[in-house]
Amino acid sequence: MNKRKLSNILGTSLMGSMLLITAIFLLIFLIRMFSKGFAVLSPEFFFSMPRNAMTEGGIWPALVGTFLLTTLAMLVSLPLGIFTAIWLTNYARPRWLVRILRIAINTLAGTPSIIFGLFGMAIFVNLMGFDVSLISGGLTLAILALPVIINNTEEALRAVPVEFRDASLALGATPRQTIMRVLMPAALPNVLTGAIISVGRVAGETAPIMFTAATFYSRRLPQGPGDEVMALPYHIYALMTEGTHPGSQVPIAYGTALVLLLLVLLISGAAIIIRSSIRRKRQW
Amino acid sequence: MKSFKEKTFRSLTYLAALLTIACMLGIIAGIFGEGMPLFRSVGIREFLFTNSWYPTHTPREFGALALIVGSLVVTLGALIIAIPLGLGSAIFISEIAGNRLREIAKPVIELLAGIPSVVYGLFGMAFLAPLLREWLGLETGLNVFTASVILGVMIVPIICSMSEDALSGIPRNIREASFALGATRIETIFKAVIPAAKSGIIGSVLMGFGRAIGETMVVLMVAGGAASIPESIFAPARPMTSTIAAEMGETVMGDLHYRSLFALAILLFLITFVSNLVTELVFLKKRDA
Amino acid sequence: MVNIQIQTSELNLWFGKNHVLRDVNLPVHSNQVTAMIGPSGCGKSTLLRCFNRMNDLIPETRITGKITLGEEDIYAPRADVTTIRSRVGMVFQKPNPFPKSIFNNVAYGLMIQGKFPRHELRDRVEESLRAAWLWDEVKDRLNSSAMCLSGGQQQRLCIARALANRPKVLLLDEPTSALDPQSTAKIEELCLELKKSVTILIVTHNVAQAGRISDHTAFMYLGELVEFDRTEKMFTVPADKRTEAYLTGVFG
Repeated sequence: MNKRKLSNILGTSLMGSMLLITAIFLLIFLIRMFSKGFAVLSPEFFFSMPRNAMTEGGIWPALVGTFLLTTLAMLVSLPLGIFTAIWLTNYARPRWLVRILRIAINTLAGTPSIIFGLFGMAIFVNLMGFDVSLISGGLTLAILALPVIINNTEEALRAVPVEFRDASLALGATPRQTIMRVLMPAALPNVLTGAIISVGRVAGETAPIMFTAATFYSRRLPQGPGDEVMALPYHIYALMTEGTHPGSQVPIAYGTALVLLLLVLLISGAAIIIRSSIRRKRQW
Repeated sequence: MKSFKEKTFRSLTYLAALLTIACMLGIIAGIFGEGMPLFRSVGIREFLFTNSWYPTHTPREFGALALIVGSLVVTLGALIIAIPLGLGSAIFISEIAGNRLREIAKPVIELLAGIPSVVYGLFGMAFLAPLLREWLGLETGLNVFTASVILGVMIVPIICSMSEDALSGIPRNIREASFALGATRIETIFKAVIPAAKSGIIGSVLMGFGRAIGETMVVLMVAGGAASIPESIFAPARPMTSTIAAEMGETVMGDLHYRSLFALAILLFLITFVSNLVTELVFLKKRDA
Repeated sequence: MVNIQIQTSELNLWFGKNHVLRDVNLPVHSNQVTAMIGPSGCGKSTLLRCFNRMNDLIPETRITGKITLGEEDIYAPRADVTTIRSRVGMVFQKPNPFPKSIFNNVAYGLMIQGKFPRHELRDRVEESLRAAWLWDEVKDRLNSSAMCLSGGQQQRLCIARALANRPKVLLLDEPTSALDPQSTAKIEELCLELKKSVTILIVTHNVAQAGRISDHTAFMYLGELVEFDRTEKMFTVPADKRTEAYLTGVFG
């Protein structure tokens, strides 16, 4: 067999083995998470409060906390992000402002999550005096999610055929009416998919909430936006690093991680499925 | 009346755009505002190039060299792992695999990208580190090597999906020309397609770099805790991100230690900002081509 | 008594540095079909789009001169663009119904004005669909998606949608170039019927079509209005050499 043919076979196998190794990592990872985590799961695990210095009981407050943080973050970042994307695609004047906005979006997208956490701490917790609370964490997470929502919504709007816009304007509709009645409805499925994926990301973030919202142990569920909360990702971290009884706490950490993992995977999976079914049903 | 609605709507969108810009400015102002005052007491040279991070000793010292080196070493390690895996996978998916495999592989990579970093951290801390410690007879499994492995796997999806986009964006006729001249598949890939997709691939590596150097939870949980320059890849390290996360809880607002952590944040921000800028320029070149 | 519905005076248009329309003086007669013909790039579509100010959407457009609709100059600084556009309807080359129901497509122009009660909407939708010769084909499925209609039906839907605003003028930009011969014939007949109630301005690259349906024809070349006359006359005895050359197929 000549040398080139041999190289071709070796090269192809090498590339394939890269994918294989990655897949094997993923497999080991998932198997480990599931096997260790599954043993701990039970209805009690989901719905009861932690007991006995976090060595027993459930993760209900962390679930509630993650839910509240994520909801608050989306309530702030979705409208803000969607309206910004509408400005970018329909109004976008003057040019220099558009440039600055793009720099802002790219910068926010590339900023490490710990820096968001520091910002949240400096501004929301300290400067505005919200203290370590649901609202500080939620706002911090909202800023984290913002660039993703803007980029996704912008892309969704640009994917709408320009003929729809022309037809609407030619019938005497104003830009606002065109956006609200034609462009946004057409872009909505993609916008929604992006929003769902963002939810998954926000739920899994630890660094932004470390100093702004999260606590390892809270005696009761949060009563209002000013309360600190437990959260799934922070709980995992805290159990592993601040826990005093690793014997019983590591399994709980695995269980919490599995819950978080399932949550995120289910959300992303749902979004991907929705997106392909939209693509198939699309009439344009 | 119509005009009022128009103007209000337009103003709302304008306001949203301004608020977004304000967020960026706020972050910059916040970080720099709280961090710059450190340099009244500590020289920039000292901060960057001295290896003496003793924020809680007397006398206090803020030489962050070990932390910076820690970040760079772990990031480099992650890239060493992620580039072959990610690029190789991308090449296989884009150029070699059949449609069926591609349809499975792409969503799988996308799902991988969504796994929260703290879960990776747990995996590293509770599984991989003890395993490696046993296998390799190490003192501790929480070190640069383990952190690089976990971090590397974490950024594989980024490098893979961006490179794959770059590769599949190369038009068919380039491959056809190469095959028509008698080249093998591998030769076509490495001599014709990859050079054409160069800027996209480099861009993906830069993005991976930015993501890795900014990552907190994985290195916090897996890289070990020693704020010293790692002597080997099996020694622990303390990147900037884990330093900030680990020590912030111990500081008093406004004091020097607090400011030094913000100063680290400034450095981190600048590094990722420049990295993103370079990525943009790389991609801009691609668009013109 | 000749009634001019829409008139351009000394109209010039630039896209950036390109001088695309030069000193165009075009009178469009009420309740007649006026065709605009000319080779590719002569400016006929651009001129058409001036009549409902759709060129405003293109950046770096500059216009001098006047276009009067009835008594008012549509480019006057105080003029309300959206009102003008509801008085001057447009049908595009490629049918572009919204991804909405048939009913909601036709009613769109009325719904955005927000002043029509539900029953009046229904009456106007029926009136417009009848006028566009589409009513019988869709009356049982007004709530089904407009995207399910055939190409010819979609184009008639777009005509109905434009007619719902009861415009004074209907602009047609090569409305049949994407359609099959049968649909084309139907729409040509429709134009002859519609002109009784609305002034029609049609851009077409098909000279025979212009000859079949128009009362007046404007021939454009390189941004200039070279000749404008009654169709019968222009097609038999063109006044300008260039018109003759185009009509006999020497170029274009």
